Amino acid sequence: MNILCAGLNHRTAHVDVRERFAVRESEMAGMLGRLRAIEGVSGAVVLSTCNRVELYASSLCPLRALDGFRALLAEKGGLSAPEAPLYHHATPQAVRHLFRVASGLDSMVIGETEILGQVKKAYSVAADNGAATRPLHRLFQHAFRVAKSVRTETQITSGPTSVGSVAVELAEKIFGTLSDRRVMILGAGEVSERTARSLQSRGVRSVIVSNRTYERAATLAAEIGGMALHFDHWEKSFADVDILITSTNAPHAILTPEKLEPLMRLRRGAPLFVIDLAVPRDADPAINGMEGIFLYDIDSLEQIAARSLDVRRQEVVRCESLIEEHVGGFLSWLRAIHSPEGYPAR
Amino acid sequence: MERLALFTATLCYLFGFAHTLFALGAGKFRPGRFNLAAVALGAVAQGWWLSMRGAAEHSCPIANLPEILIFLSWSIALLYLVVGPAYRLSLMGAFTAPLLLILQIAALLLPDERRPACFRANPWVETHAALSLIAYGAFGLACIAGLMFLVQEGQLKSRRPAEIFHHLPPISALADAIRRLAGIGFLLLTLSFVAGFLAHLGVAGGKFWASLLIWLLYGAILAGAWSGRLAGRRFASAVAATFLLALILLPLIQQLSTKH
Repeated sequence: MNILCAGLNHRTAHVDVRERFAVRESEMAGMLGRLRAIEGVSGAVVLSTCNRVELYASSLCPLRALDGFRALLAEKGGLSAPEAPLYHHATPQAVRHLFRVASGLDSMVIGETEILGQVKKAYSVAADNGAATRPLHRLFQHAFRVAKSVRTETQITSGPTSVGSVAVELAEKIFGTLSDRRVMILGAGEVSERTARSLQSRGVRSVIVSNRTYERAATLAAEIGGMALHFDHWEKSFADVDILITSTNAPHAILTPEKLEPLMRLRRGAPLFVIDLAVPRDADPAINGMEGIFLYDIDSLEQIAARSLDVRRQEVVRCESLIEEHVGGFLSWLRAIHSPEGYPAR
Repeated sequence: MERLALFTATLCYLFGFAHTLFALGAGKFRPGRFNLAAVALGAVAQGWWLSMRGAAEHSCPIANLPEILIFLSWSIALLYLVVGPAYRLSLMGAFTAPLLLILQIAALLLPDERRPACFRANPWVETHAALSLIAYGAFGLACIAGLMFLVQEGQLKSRRPAEIFHHLPPISALADAIRRLAGIGFLLLTLSFVAGFLAHLGVAGGKFWASLLIWLLYGAILAGAWSGRLAGRRFASAVAATFLLALILLPLIQQLSTKH
C-alpha cells in the first residue's frame, strides 16, 4: 500500500493560481467521489485552504493514481496537466509532507497552528463521506499526534509573528484581559486599522478613531464598529483610553512629555500603551521613560515579530527530527499490515 | 525528627528554585505545577516541624529567631499557595522559593535557643506574635509580586523582551496582587497591634517604634495607592523596599523583644 500526495501551495503557485484550484466545501463530496473513481485509489482526503490544495490517497498503483490526480487537478484549475504547477509525493515523502503540513512547518508563517484545525476538518469530511481507508485513518491520526508533539516539545509556536499579534501580546502583558479596554486610533492608516482589528478580536471594549479629515475617521469608525472623534478633541478623551495607536502624517512628534504629563495625571496611575506606527514618528521616544507609559514604534514591533520567527526557524531542525521518528513509526505500521502476519491489533 | 522536617523543607524550596532557574536557562520554562508542588511540600514539612515544636513547648512556636523565621516562611508559603493559583501568577513560585530558601537556611544556621518562660503565659501575646508574622508573610509575598512587577515593567520598557517576559503575569494583575497582599498584611498587622494592647505589652521601646514605623510606611503606601498618587513602578518599589527594611529590622526587633 502506498500513500500519495499531490497538490500546490503558496510556494509553488501565486494566489491567483491557487484560487482556481480551491475546492469549496460544497464541492468536497463530489471531489472525493471522483478521486476514489481513479483507478488504483482506495481512499482519499482533500485538504483545501487559502495556502494549499492537496490530495492525499492510499493506493496500490501509485503511478496511475498520480496521473489521475494530475489530470483531475489540472481540470479543476482549467489548465492542461503539464501546465499546472503541481508537486507530488509517494511513500515515504507523502507521509513526511503531511506530518510537516499538520505541524505548521510547511506554512507561510512557520509554526502557525490554524493549519492543524484545517487538516482535522479535511480528514473529518473524508471520514464522513466514507473516503478514508484504514491506512488514511491511521496516517491522519498519527499526523495529529505529531503536530501535538511538535507543538509541546519544541518552541515552534513561540511568540507573536505579526505587528498586530505583537501589539495584542504586549497589551495583554500590560492589562491582562482586554475586554474592558478602550483603544484610540490617531490617524486612520491601514496598519493602525489592522492593529485595532487584532485588538478587537481579543475583545477590547471600544475604539475611538480620530483623524485630521473627519470623514476618513467616520468611515473607518463605521467599518470597525468604533466611534469617530474630531482631531481637535482627542486630548479630551485621553483619560479614558488604555491603548493609543498613532499613525498621523504630522512632520513632528505630537506626543511629547510636556503634552502627556498633565494628561497622565488625570489617569490616576493607569498605564497607557502607545503604539506609534507613523514614520516620521508621532511619539517622542522620551515618553517611554514616563511612569505608566509603554511606547512601541513600528521598528520595535517588527523586531519582536522577527525575533519570534527566528526562534521558530531555529526550532525547525528539532521538529524535523521529531517528525522523522514518527515517519519511521508510521512506515513500520504500514509495512506490518501488509506482512503475511498482519499487524497486531492495538 | 525536627531536623529532618527542616531539611526536607529546605530541599523542597531548593528544588523549586533550581528547577525554575534551569528551565529558564534552557529556554524551556512552562508555567507548571512543579513550583506549586515544591512550595506545597516545603510548607507541609515546615508545618510538621512547627506542630512538633508547638506540642513540645505547649505554645505557638514563635519564641526565638529560628522559630520566627520558619513561621514567617511557612506563612509566606501558605499565602503563595492561596494567592498564586488564584491570580495565575505562574512564575511566582520561582520568585517565592529563593526567599523561602534564604529564611529556611538562616533558621537552620542560627542557634536554636530555648524560649523565655513568660511567653507561655498569655494567649494574647501569642496571638499578637502570630498575627504579626502572618502579616509579614503577606508583606513578603507583596514584595515578591513587587519584584516581579519591576522585572516585567523593565521588560516592557526595554522593548526587547526576553524569554522570562512570556512567563510573567501582566503588570495589572501584579499591581492588583500587590495591593491586595499589602492590604491584607496591613490589616493583620493592625489586628496584631490590638492583640498587643490587649496583652498589655508596652507601647514604648525600640520594638514598638520599629513596628510602628513599618505599619505607618505600609499605611502611607496604601493611602498613596488608593488616592492614585502612588502607582506602577513607584508603588511596587515602595512595597518591596519596605519589606526589605522590615526584614533587616526583624532580627533587631527580636533582639529588643527578648530584653523587653
